[in-house]
Amino acid sequence: MAADLSAVPSLSDFLAEPIARRALLACVMIGFANGFVSAFVVLRRSALKVGTLSHSLLPGIALVVLIAGVTNWSLLAGSVFAALFVGLGSVFLSRTSRLDQDTSMGILYTTGFAAGLIILQRLNLRQKLDEWLFGSIVGMADTDLWIAFGISLVAVVTLVVLQRPLLIYMFEPNVAASLGVPVRLLNYATFGVVILVLVSSLQAVGCILSVGLLITPAATVYLLTNEAKWLFIGGGILGAVGSVLAFLLQYPLGWSVSGAIVVVQGIFFLTAYVFSPRYGLFAKREVQV
Amino acid sequence: MVKSELLHEAHDHAHDHVCWGGGHAHAHHHRLEVSDLCVSYNEVRALEHISFATECGRSIALVGPNGAGKSTLLKCLAGLIVPDSGNIIWRGQRLTRSSHEIAYLPQRGDVNWNFPITVRGLVEMGRFPNLGWWRRFSDHDETMVKRALEAMDLMDLQDRQISALSGGQQQRVFLARALAQEAHVLLLDEPYTGLDKPSQEVLAGLFRELTKEGRLLIASHHDLQTVADIFDDVLMLRRTQIVFGSTEEVFTAANIDAAYGANIPTGLEDRF
Repeated sequence: MAADLSAVPSLSDFLAEPIARRALLACVMIGFANGFVSAFVVLRRSALKVGTLSHSLLPGIALVVLIAGVTNWSLLAGSVFAALFVGLGSVFLSRTSRLDQDTSMGILYTTGFAAGLIILQRLNLRQKLDEWLFGSIVGMADTDLWIAFGISLVAVVTLVVLQRPLLIYMFEPNVAASLGVPVRLLNYATFGVVILVLVSSLQAVGCILSVGLLITPAATVYLLTNEAKWLFIGGGILGAVGSVLAFLLQYPLGWSVSGAIVVVQGIFFLTAYVFSPRYGLFAKREVQV
Repeated sequence: MVKSELLHEAHDHAHDHVCWGGGHAHAHHHRLEVSDLCVSYNEVRALEHISFATECGRSIALVGPNGAGKSTLLKCLAGLIVPDSGNIIWRGQRLTRSSHEIAYLPQRGDVNWNFPITVRGLVEMGRFPNLGWWRRFSDHDETMVKRALEAMDLMDLQDRQISALSGGQQQRVFLARALAQEAHVLLLDEPYTGLDKPSQEVLAGLFRELTKEGRLLIASHHDLQTVADIFDDVLMLRRTQIVFGSTEEVFTAANIDAAYGANIPTGLEDRF
């Protein structure tokens, strides 16, 4: 085989690189965790809120970087900070003015996002800014991988442990308490889980596209099943498989990784939307008795 | 009739009332006492000075115009709203939060019918308060779910997704969940809304059987024509309590006028 240094290495050569294998591993973990949690987001009907939340991570990260500089923990610390700010801030704003919470959140997150952009730009962190906006799964170090693993584990285990009360909470959030569900505890726990997986998807696809990975997988399964349990498991599998597939595709095609990940999920969804035997466009609906 | 045999199977004490399930046989009738209950909803007084006492084996209709506080009272009894003042005493103890002996059946419009859950899955939820977070489904739990499904005539529909049911069937699924929960008190928010005539009759029959077995049934109801046919007692509301008593005695034209405001002074008279 003649060595031609100018040629792009083949896919198999690329996959032999440690950096590519790390990225693949990250795709599996982050894809699964996000897909798994997406079942909660879909069933709790909180897609819009999660979208808001994902954008508000940026200013939190910017503030943490401003104070402590860039570290391995900037993402995590900044995100938790941002989530608290937006969560509490919107409640405070809506309680103390006549605005409802959605409006308050809309104002808070766009203002915060804009401020975050300015801070990161002023700190001369263009490179980092791009990574946080659009993801940097190929550039993940071992520490990042461990953080992603920890986050995925905590998120999945938490939802598995809470599955029984969670089912009632998702089905009847307003009356769950009458069946003995500790509603407030679940509120906090699930908010925490969503924040955690958002942080991991920030790494994979960036904060602008993170919602795609945190909604679409379970939405796809929603069109295929009548059991909430399969929304979680199926969402996780779709998230992982789709992300790996996207990673393998993006290299020969020369696409952006984050773009490919979200587009593949979108294609999965469209396929189910059209061809689902039960709830697809061409499906025969069950006749009401 | 297989169904009623199942419902009455648990009667081993002749004069006793039994809410079937955990084999609860009670020497005394369970009493529910509500005294001087006042509730605010979004900082607006929704209920004032509600007092009544009843016991298992009765069915009570909550009657009154829109905004009279019927739903609020049901939610308060279910432990979903904390009252400003007053007491709810159930079986001699003050009710401070939800009890699994009390089941709340939401209004049809409040249910997410597209949720991916089957009839059986929803009825199984009724076991969760007894099971806690992790305990495995035992044979007893399986039996309870099966009995509940049979009693509500849902065995053939158990694998259906809940939106693929008729209105009457949907109402029965929630009743079955309350049975699986081994609830003594059933709180129903407008159970008759949107049901066709045959389904209404089926439901009325079920109500009678459930109370005969010793359950206490409290339901908000807006169809004044059918109140006397279905319910033993009536609680008439209009933010305050108009009257409480047996349907025969208190469900009179004068009281209905008082609740719905036909002859009530509106306050406008003074201006003219």
